[in-house]
Amino acid sequence: MSEKTEIRSVLATDCGSTTTKAILIEKRGEEYRLIVRGEAPTTVEAPFEDVTRGVLNAVMEVEELSGRKLLDGERIITPQRGEDGVDLYLSTSSAGGGLQMMVFGVVKSMTGESAERAALGAGAIVMDIIASNDGRLPHEKVKRIRDLRPDMILLSGGIDGGTTTHVVELAELIAAADPKARLGAGYLLPIIYAGNKNAREIIEERLGSKTALVITDNIRPVLERENLGPARQAVHDLFMEHVMAHAPGYKKLMTWTPVPIMPTPAAVGSIIQTIAHNEKINVIGVDIGGATTDVFSDYGGTFNRTVSANLGMSYSISNVLAEAGIANVMRWVAFGADEVDIRNRIKNKMIRPTTIPQTLEELELEQAISREALRLAFEQHKHLAVGLKGVQQERTISDTFEQSVSGETIINLMALDLLVGSGGVLSHAPRRVQSASMMVDAFLPEGLTHLAVDSIFMMPQLGVLATRHEKAATEVFEKDCLIPLGAVVAPVGPCKEGQRAVEIRGKTSKGQAIQGAVDFGQMAIVPLAAGETAEVEIVPGRGLDVGAGKGRTRAAEIRGGVVGVILDGRGRRPFGLPEDPKRRVERLREWAAALDLYPKAGAKSPVPAAARS
Amino acid sequence: MAHAYTPGLRVTDHAVIRRTRRLPLPGTVLVETGKTLTAETPVARTELPGNVQTVNVASLLGVHQSDIADCMIKKEGDPVEAGEVIASTKSFFGLFRAKCTSPTKGSIESISAITGQVLLREPPIPVEVEAYVDGTVVEVLPREGVVMETSGAFVQGIFGIGGETAGVLHRLAESPKDPLTEAAIGPECKGKVVFGGSQVTGKALEKAVKMGARGVIVGGIDDQDLRAFLGYDLGVAITGSEEKGVTLVITEGFGRMAMARRTFDLLCSHEGRKCSINGATQIRAGVMRPEVVIPILGERVAAPASAVSEGLKIGSPVRGIREPYFGRLGTVSGLPPELQLLETEAKVRVLAVRFDGTEEDAILPRANVEMIEG
Repeated sequence: MSEKTEIRSVLATDCGSTTTKAILIEKRGEEYRLIVRGEAPTTVEAPFEDVTRGVLNAVMEVEELSGRKLLDGERIITPQRGEDGVDLYLSTSSAGGGLQMMVFGVVKSMTGESAERAALGAGAIVMDIIASNDGRLPHEKVKRIRDLRPDMILLSGGIDGGTTTHVVELAELIAAADPKARLGAGYLLPIIYAGNKNAREIIEERLGSKTALVITDNIRPVLERENLGPARQAVHDLFMEHVMAHAPGYKKLMTWTPVPIMPTPAAVGSIIQTIAHNEKINVIGVDIGGATTDVFSDYGGTFNRTVSANLGMSYSISNVLAEAGIANVMRWVAFGADEVDIRNRIKNKMIRPTTIPQTLEELELEQAISREALRLAFEQHKHLAVGLKGVQQERTISDTFEQSVSGETIINLMALDLLVGSGGVLSHAPRRVQSASMMVDAFLPEGLTHLAVDSIFMMPQLGVLATRHEKAATEVFEKDCLIPLGAVVAPVGPCKEGQRAVEIRGKTSKGQAIQGAVDFGQMAIVPLAAGETAEVEIVPGRGLDVGAGKGRTRAAEIRGGVVGVILDGRGRRPFGLPEDPKRRVERLREWAAALDLYPKAGAKSPVPAAARS
Repeated sequence: MAHAYTPGLRVTDHAVIRRTRRLPLPGTVLVETGKTLTAETPVARTELPGNVQTVNVASLLGVHQSDIADCMIKKEGDPVEAGEVIASTKSFFGLFRAKCTSPTKGSIESISAITGQVLLREPPIPVEVEAYVDGTVVEVLPREGVVMETSGAFVQGIFGIGGETAGVLHRLAESPKDPLTEAAIGPECKGKVVFGGSQVTGKALEKAVKMGARGVIVGGIDDQDLRAFLGYDLGVAITGSEEKGVTLVITEGFGRMAMARRTFDLLCSHEGRKCSINGATQIRAGVMRPEVVIPILGERVAAPASAVSEGLKIGSPVRGIREPYFGRLGTVSGLPPELQLLETEAKVRVLAVRFDGTEEDAILPRANVEMIEG
């Protein structure tokens, strides 16, 4: 585009479910750099119910911090006039607590389950699965549809050419409910029909005039096969066209920017793909937000994205506890706390989602929960990232009784080159080593893996900027966004207490010697600053593998970062924390000390001692 | 400056409250604009299609699916009585060999030659929507329902379970700090909405159900007790459809939390009055909080203030909503503009709060207070 070269300044916002973040980019000399960042609570909810209020508040903070006038009343000044305003304004959004859907299927364990998978894979929270055989009376189903007010409905049922009666009956229930959309009362609720193709005409007749009906391929064309892709695509399209367009204030926001508002996950995905493509490496990215956790992977050019719509650090925090179980959360907590207290704290965060940890204990607890949210989201990703088959999985009738997803994952942790973290709990961790530790504990990378974090959580804004001005996006991304943390070296295989797990030795790009080693169960950091590299030999312990085969030394180049090189001798396959609670806490403290994870007790704090619990 | 604070929950003695009452399906509106009604008055009625039952006729008769049409005695649309024969097979000699009866009264909805099943539709189910609050009908939504208006006291809770109900307010705790115990709940609670101070236990909730209390309003509850009471762990806060026999409204949060003095005093001042409560909570966009409506009919109150408050100022009353100050009340004593370092080493915008009963200002992240709004 011709104006690309003329753009002198860019303002970009990301309206998250909890916080709206704004960044200001300016052209300084020949390069684009991040100038400042501001944020404010997202204002989709009452009493404001207008996303632009949060955007304006975030922009006002940018104005304050940069000393640059950006607003004329309640309008962003574009194009730049003298030193005021910006040449380009862009925005992404995931506000509104994610996408909330109801799914319908004839048989709960068959088409109902397929519809659920399709919706989950498309990034939705499944509020309820309504099926012909779910035991509820029709009027109860009708009431449920009305009460829940989903953003969208996915209706499936029947194999192609099979009976149409049941799926039509479900359509009649929906028609009878005449459901109103959650956001914006005056528009038709989007409904995707992905059932028996023989029923399309009659479904059109029942729902066509009352809803925004979209018909797509059957998610279960035959009993033994699922075809979720077309339904998922339809969910994404409708989300932008209908749901987001009707979220409070979005219509106004859309008029402020010449570029379509991009969903946050799509923007982050585009940046992850750019890294993988430019560097020719395998990348996993994770973006952990308040309501959802998105995992992206690019392996050998195959891109996959999953959205765990019910794993997040504020709205969905309680669901992390419900899914992971209290024991899995508590295993990362190195202080004594009783279950009742922990449960209450997590629920209180759920009902007051915008609060932040003030004490060290609260921070440790929140980071413990994030480890489990990341772990579960990654598990879901591994199950869904099964290659480009177009069909997610083949299931036989006997498989329908199993919840597990078949198909081989393409995620091979030993072949992973770079793990990138983003989202509040990772980007805003007071110490960068905390972000590294959370990612290592949750993803358990193997062999040699480089780690990076989105410095101030601006991957979404840069993702949308890349669609309009790739140079500016790439420059800011490389210089201001991605913070290289360093790398983690983790041998794989069974190991015994006291046995050497791994050793590295070599020379840095500055010609200095670099060396470090850990025994089984230990962790250590070998300093290697950002901007430096080291040519090293990675020597695994007996029977262990670091990527060159069991017991074989691997030669590699390691790039440094603000954390350095983490040597992780805790073992992989199996990885486990000590069962004995006392021993476990000891180990957690040893690792925290080895990584210098948290400030030492007694550090100066504005919180009076009397107020500590 | 960015308004980095959480808007508070409303607790007021003077409010005008409007609630839309809609049928799940179009039907008949039973009342007129201007009518004064009690909460229990039906305002609209409709008939929902009856439940659908399936009868696997092909399997019961031992015939192929495609042959069931020949076996049907009743046709689509025919009414049937419970126990009435709907299909049968015949022997060569004209004698009945097998027959299939209707499990319910209703009508034949459909006959499928593909599945071999017959769908029976039970008689329509009458459904009514009630007024929910004592008040006046201010608008009729033709065939859909009405808008009710009432004036009086209004309390928003932070979290709840269970749907709409109404009853007389009955106090069960001496002070906002006292827990609502099992022992305090007796037969006199039947049909009432009971309120207590700091915490309700799972056992106390079960006793409230047993004694027939309609609702419980309390400062806090342990999540463990809630989980035991519900029978499952609540993942995402979307509630209101629980049918546990009682509606619960939590005003402060999880754990033992003294009910805000203002809320407690307001409820006390209306003890003996009828109130309507709803536990439905949805903490996402279009946020929905549980509520207590205490109509004071015949008394004119000022129109509701603008819903958008002006933000935090020195002297604004606030409530701490995160440890280590969770649940504590005080007033804003300082709003320093610069970022400050917390114990966690995070640098954030803070504010100073003088908590009730203290002589010293406490420093909190601005995100960790909630305005107390009237």
